[in-house]
Amino acid sequence: MTKLIPVIGLEIHVELKTKTGMFCSCSADHFGKAPNTNTCPVCLGLPGALPIPNHQAIDWAIMVGLALNCRVNLESTFDRKHYFYPDLPKGYQISQYDDPFCQSGFLNLESGKKIRINRVHLEEDTAKMQHKVVNGKKLTLVDFNRSGVPLVEIVTEPDISSGAEAKEFLKKLRDILRSLQVSDCDMEKGSMRLEPNISWSESATKLNNYKVEIKNLNSFRFAEAGIDFELNRQKALLDEGKTPLQETRGYNSQKHATFSQRIKETSADYRYFPDPDIPPIVLTKEYVEKLREKLPKFPEVLVSELVKSFHLNTQTAQLLVKDASKLAYFKKYCHEIEPEKLANLIVNKKIDLKQPPIIKTASQKVDSGIIEKVLAENADAVAKYKAGKTSIIGFLIGQVMKLTHGQTDPASAQNLLLKHLQG
Amino acid sequence: MMLNQLTITEAQVGLRAKKFSIVELVTACLDQIKTYDHKLHCFLTLNDQALNQAKVMDAKPDWSKPLFGLPFALKDNFLTEGLRTTASAKVLDDYLPQYNATVYQRLLNAGAILLGKTNMDAWAHGSSTETSDYGPTLNPWNTAHLPGGSSGGSAAAVAADMCIFAIGSETAGSIRQPAAWCGVTGFKPTYGRVSRYGVIAMASSTDSPGPLAKNTTDAALVTAVIAGVDPCDATSSPKPVDIHPQSLQGLSLKGKKIALPQEYLLGEAKDLVLKAAEVFKQAGANIKNVSLLDPKFAIDVYTLVQRSEVSSNLARYDGIRYGADRSAFSYQAKNRSLLGTFALSTGYYDQYYKKAQQVRTQIIAEFDQLFKEYEFYLAPVSPGPALKLGTGQDNPMFGEIEDRLVEASSVAGLTGLSVPCGFIDGLPIGLQITGPQFSEQSILSAGYFYQSQTKFHLQKPKL
Repeated sequence: MTKLIPVIGLEIHVELKTKTGMFCSCSADHFGKAPNTNTCPVCLGLPGALPIPNHQAIDWAIMVGLALNCRVNLESTFDRKHYFYPDLPKGYQISQYDDPFCQSGFLNLESGKKIRINRVHLEEDTAKMQHKVVNGKKLTLVDFNRSGVPLVEIVTEPDISSGAEAKEFLKKLRDILRSLQVSDCDMEKGSMRLEPNISWSESATKLNNYKVEIKNLNSFRFAEAGIDFELNRQKALLDEGKTPLQETRGYNSQKHATFSQRIKETSADYRYFPDPDIPPIVLTKEYVEKLREKLPKFPEVLVSELVKSFHLNTQTAQLLVKDASKLAYFKKYCHEIEPEKLANLIVNKKIDLKQPPIIKTASQKVDSGIIEKVLAENADAVAKYKAGKTSIIGFLIGQVMKLTHGQTDPASAQNLLLKHLQG
Repeated sequence: MMLNQLTITEAQVGLRAKKFSIVELVTACLDQIKTYDHKLHCFLTLNDQALNQAKVMDAKPDWSKPLFGLPFALKDNFLTEGLRTTASAKVLDDYLPQYNATVYQRLLNAGAILLGKTNMDAWAHGSSTETSDYGPTLNPWNTAHLPGGSSGGSAAAVAADMCIFAIGSETAGSIRQPAAWCGVTGFKPTYGRVSRYGVIAMASSTDSPGPLAKNTTDAALVTAVIAGVDPCDATSSPKPVDIHPQSLQGLSLKGKKIALPQEYLLGEAKDLVLKAAEVFKQAGANIKNVSLLDPKFAIDVYTLVQRSEVSSNLARYDGIRYGADRSAFSYQAKNRSLLGTFALSTGYYDQYYKKAQQVRTQIIAEFDQLFKEYEFYLAPVSPGPALKLGTGQDNPMFGEIEDRLVEASSVAGLTGLSVPCGFIDGLPIGLQITGPQFSEQSILSAGYFYQSQTKFHLQKPKL
């Protein structure tokens, strides 16, 4: 028997934080709103309503593709993907099939392993179903507030081999999406959704005759655990000479286990065809290049810059880069305070990013001008000190602290004051 | 002459000269509907506010509005906020729209008054108005005959002088064919010239709203109001509207080349169309026989594209919303949904839908070639006059076959006019004048010229 290896591909859905919907002018910010208060004829799929593509969402989807080293198709179409489900008001979802905005990219893991990106495309989100008991009756209610929110779907090739690799990929991807400022990637709010496809196969190109999809993974940790659980479960079956069922499984975070949700014996026929309501989207090379210029520096680039320019260690630099506000804080003060110390302070201690940093170290330099200024402005206190009231040094230290906005180490301030007073 | 028989221009002159009021004009139309609609069944729902609106307008006239005070009929697939809209389908039996179709809104903005919603083939699936879930409309010229369709209610309402003008929509022949069979003027503007927003979709890639009117000038006046880019319809054209109803006259035909496609000269209508061509020839036009792709190919293309798009567009009536389950769909809708679903299925998409789109591209290329040389072409709209009641009901390809002479122009998104050009056995025959995309002004001018030389459009049916 040929040796089988874990083969994992990821499908990631990310809600874009555009102002308006994918095809209508309803707010894309649907979270926490009263049900069905954020709707219009277009996102309700009412008779006669027509979709108008959101160009901000298109630009952002292309920027995501560019950040993932994809090729951008200069002519793309929106397609109708048909299926019946109560959360889908038109009976089809507007998505992309043959000609998505971006194809054939990659993202490298720390090990240097390349995870290929199959495609990055845009689609509309569905409504949300709520299962409730109303007057003793079990009901499923539909809230259309989310219907039509722009979703970017990122599909990898099956190049991932473990839960840990999947987790690393997902974290990297999230960092990129956040630095693009196109999505909050908030898993709890569902603005980033993960669906791994898992099998044991001969290789990424010679796939087994089954695959299992896991849904409802709402953290990277669960994604890792779910994938590893699934690999073990499948392995045990394969070792017994059985073939795992082709199915969709959920993840139970209490039991740390996956469970069967839906058996998929055949693949659905979505009857894709180009949406006749939306003319093809035609872009110029120049336009794509302009979008490329807008890309921010990505985490990897930023990390290596921090390491090179400020001699930070890689781990610290990575932690700084992960949080845009921390990085901005670092950049603001790194010329005033020794960068390594500042970085450690930011990364290791919970500090208030609204306040300037306080570094309590002896090496903190105090401008002797400030010392002189304090002494000159407080001649009375100096006289008292010289008259033997040495305890007044505390008052003088306080004045130094005040003038330096607390950025001085009191001990070094004392040393310098004493030097001046005695010298 | 009764007020309801007036054309737009005549009514405007009379209203402005205070020869009669808007209330009187609207009343005349409502009376005509009251007297004859139980016989013809043009309307599904009447606007009970029409008279009140007329009163308000009489009190404060605004003649700067291009259609001020003019009563019209609207095909029932155009959404009217708060007024029942069914597309003649029981699935939407009690559907009250939440918004107005762009075409309707533009007519309201222009001061027109809605009389009511007209009968059609259910979901616009047909060319007879016989497949309406609410029963057929009858032809005002002979009630044993069909009015054509799918805009049959609108065409018959104009022919029976129940309104000053009407609005229809065409996917392939649905304005021009009922116009021909009812002896009125029907105009299908270029695809994308008039917004589809708020029109219950049939085949999205060919649906084109347009007027049914008493003459070409009226058709031009209405088109000028409803045409133009709509931010709510991504397929509406941003091109400026080039339609000038006041300057349709003075078209010089001298030396202009007009095509007569031999493959289109079919049936009993052929001789009348050749006679119509003579009218253009006498004005100095150069009429030439040409050969076009056999219209039968357009039937195939249209049928595949239309069935596929229908199966998708009807998917939203899934039994969860709108109050009726799928058993409320009648035969035509089920038939079309099944065929379209099949044609779009994996493994068949390339063979059917994609291939149809490729042939469509060829048809477009052929027309492009034709219009490099010719201004427009002349042909029958339909090979013969209105068929008898009952012929449309059980033939799933009835519409496609009846409309075969206008299908190619529809799938190519061209501009086409239907004007009465004679009678056979007391039933009207329609001449089509069809030109390239966005040639509205030229086609309407040709229609104006033809009607200035003939009187077929002035004949009225005996009700």
